[in-house]
Amino acid sequence: MSSRDEILARVRQKQPEPRPLPSVPMFDVGLSTSFDTFKTNLSRMGGKVVDPPADGDLDALILKLFPDVRVVCSATPEVKGNLSIDTIRSPQELNDVDVGVVRALFGVAETGSLWLSEAQYKVNALGFLSQHLVVLLDPGAIVANMHRAYQHRGFVEAKYAVFMTGPSATADIEGILIHGAQGIRTMTVIPVSAQ
Amino acid sequence: MKVALFVPCYIDAFFPEVGIATLELLERLGCEVIYPLDQTCCGQPMANSGCHEDAAATERLFVKNFAGFDYIVGPSGSCVHHVRENLTAIPQTAEVTKVRERTYELVEFLHDIVKVTEFPWAAFPHKVGLHNACVTLRALRTAKMSEIDEPAFSKPLDLLSRVRGIQFVTPDRPDECCGFGGAFSVFEEPVSAKMGYDKVTDHHNAGAEYVVSADTSCLMHQKACAERLKLPIKFIHIAQILNGARA
Amino acid sequence: MKRIDHAEASSKFIKAQDHLDFHDQRLWDLRKKRDRDSESIPEWQELRSLASAIKEHTLTHLADFLEEFERNAQANGVKVHWAKDASEHNQIVLQILESRRARTLVKAKSMLTDECEMRPFLENRGIEVIETDLGERIQQLDDEPPSHIVVPAVHKLRTDVSRVFAATIGTDAKNSDVHYLAESQRQHTRPYFLKADAGMIGANFAVAETGTVVVCTNEGNADLSMLLPKLQIASIGIEKMIPRVEHLAVFIRMLSRNALGSPITQLTSHFRVPREGTEMHIVLVDNGRSERLGMADFWYSLKCIRCGACMNTCPVYRRSGGLSYGATYSGPIGVIIDPTFNLRKYSALPFASTLNGSCTSVCPVRINIHEQIYKWRQVIAERHQLPFVKKEAMQIAGKVFGSPKLYRAAVEALGASVEHLPRFMLYNPLNAWGRQREVPPAPASTFRHWYLKNRTKSGQRK
Repeated sequence: MSSRDEILARVRQKQPEPRPLPSVPMFDVGLSTSFDTFKTNLSRMGGKVVDPPADGDLDALILKLFPDVRVVCSATPEVKGNLSIDTIRSPQELNDVDVGVVRALFGVAETGSLWLSEAQYKVNALGFLSQHLVVLLDPGAIVANMHRAYQHRGFVEAKYAVFMTGPSATADIEGILIHGAQGIRTMTVIPVSAQ
Repeated sequence: MKVALFVPCYIDAFFPEVGIATLELLERLGCEVIYPLDQTCCGQPMANSGCHEDAAATERLFVKNFAGFDYIVGPSGSCVHHVRENLTAIPQTAEVTKVRERTYELVEFLHDIVKVTEFPWAAFPHKVGLHNACVTLRALRTAKMSEIDEPAFSKPLDLLSRVRGIQFVTPDRPDECCGFGGAFSVFEEPVSAKMGYDKVTDHHNAGAEYVVSADTSCLMHQKACAERLKLPIKFIHIAQILNGARA
Repeated sequence: MKRIDHAEASSKFIKAQDHLDFHDQRLWDLRKKRDRDSESIPEWQELRSLASAIKEHTLTHLADFLEEFERNAQANGVKVHWAKDASEHNQIVLQILESRRARTLVKAKSMLTDECEMRPFLENRGIEVIETDLGERIQQLDDEPPSHIVVPAVHKLRTDVSRVFAATIGTDAKNSDVHYLAESQRQHTRPYFLKADAGMIGANFAVAETGTVVVCTNEGNADLSMLLPKLQIASIGIEKMIPRVEHLAVFIRMLSRNALGSPITQLTSHFRVPREGTEMHIVLVDNGRSERLGMADFWYSLKCIRCGACMNTCPVYRRSGGLSYGATYSGPIGVIIDPTFNLRKYSALPFASTLNGSCTSVCPVRINIHEQIYKWRQVIAERHQLPFVKKEAMQIAGKVFGSPKLYRAAVEALGASVEHLPRFMLYNPLNAWGRQREVPPAPASTFRHWYLKNRTKSGQRK
């Protein structure tokens, strides 16, 4: 008998009397889907929000926000950068990226989270090897809470999906909050409508 | 109202003044109080050590002593909790079930059953820290616990606030366990003592002259800690204050 | 197998005043943050009930959900393995690594891999294993197990971390600035992520509906472990199953709020299909969980989502530290799980509790922790594994309290001198009591004496 069969047989034998599955409400009555609510909660998690450039030149804005950078790699055609994500053959090549740029598919007001998958990142590691991440978000593409968010079909379609909420962080040493643990040091969200 | 008085073993042996205050208080409130003379203990010391079956004879004796009374009242939340929730080493006859259901902790009895609105004979002009024993708080639900966001309520506070001159101070961690825990106080002595030290220091720093509780077990442990620390803080049972003790 | 002496270990912990104060304050702070979050969500209690009910449904249908999960994971191109116990888990992981000649493994935090003692097993067979979570890395470099399931090095001060890093990764021994130390670990670990042959994660949740593995982290190390190496492994305890994607909302909303008082972890990652040209393996692990499922009083512990809230609130844990429990799982949840791994070794743990019930009141999945602690004491007594009191002493106590005459005789004897307790108490508890506390004096008279003097048998004043 394989371990699989042994385990399943024992689980079947030991399972207690069935308990019913509850139905889960959406809990979103009266909840806001505004960018302001999203911004407040993102800020609480250490993320920054920057106004979109009046002239629409995102590349210039990024260079202004990060004056000393060498490598800007964008996964969205809205920003050119100087390293094309399409040239990346293996994720390790992204190690030198100072600023990664991506457009999130949607945001979650409750937590200030952004939803991204390989469709947005092209190479997922962009969201983790970059020192800094700039995320474009359509301010109209915000759902109220996690219950709404988990209705999204991306969870059955995407190979990899992530809620990113602010920069990477840790408080493992004496509870002191550090931004930039293993992943991105900063996250900057720019509200820009999707085309 | 006819009430059977349940005096826990350690109160009988070490803190008779708490039993006396409880009896006198119930009498003042117009209760006819009977003290079954053959009572000993509720069975908790054996049961809490895992020795479930060894509690059987004691539990049987408890039921024998208290059968037939409408109200059984005891000045100890942990003992009453044991009777109501864990008196299970004996067959659950109708008589056993009745005794278990009718056993009340003093504060809940005064608040919920007698519904006392005043204690005209009582005055306690001191700064007081209220300590709710964990079982009394979380299992008997005599007050809001900090873990649950619910409307504030406190049966002991309701009763004590009717005592002339009493002033309340609030420690930093009002419902953190004080570390008595029965046999824990002995077998896990280092943590138990540290918890007790922290608790009495907290009350002291909040300005308490007295710590009052509905549970003598906690008071005994805290008093022992405070005395070792030489903290000028005193300990008193709620029955004593409500019965008119001035100090 | 030697019994873990929690009291002895706690005594050492308490003597280190600075460490104790920090540890207690830091975790109480997390408890307060959790309280604040619970107050901000009107449906908090309902979420607890839903989380509990979803887990109970899943566990009572676990075999079906495991099969559904396996089917969907395999359809996603993931290889699924099954491990009966810790040893088989380690063997499987080794085989996976050797099949691709993997020599370096970067891993995210996984209590399950600690439970299986995987790291020494692999290291003894030539695999370099790098813990990438900062807290776990500190502990790995200090050759100490993690002390808390969420903040593994919470018992250490910055000076301790500085000492460990200086001795192992070459930081400046005189520099204990926290930012410096964290940055040093980031820089030191990055090359390992880039060159690792394989990456490994645990799982917070496994979704049967889609075969998805869900990991909640703050540091980004789980994603780096999975998104860079070509070979990926996820070790998952069978109790981590949940039925559908929609159920994740309940647990994700509750996990970080209970653990750290933040609405969500910085990263909530869902791994379903391996990247093209890469390979992903899942190892489903039993290691006593199916056995526990059949324990009528204790199977509820399988609902645990590893938030650590019970540890943060536990006044005993805060003052003794996770290492004093001598097990992968410490604090209240550890107390009710560990005896299933080894009853004798962990027989003292259910007595390292005051049964205050705070843990039960904070648990997001409504595990009745303190009630299970109480029941474990019965199991331990029945199997003659009582760590302190002799069973015979309890039998005698039971007889004394069960007889009015014997009880009265014992109380009279107490009156003589409270220091000399009846002989049946083979261990004089007052020796321990009196170490740090004053001993209560025996009063002149018992309540019963007073009553007989002042009242008639029918309760009339005399």
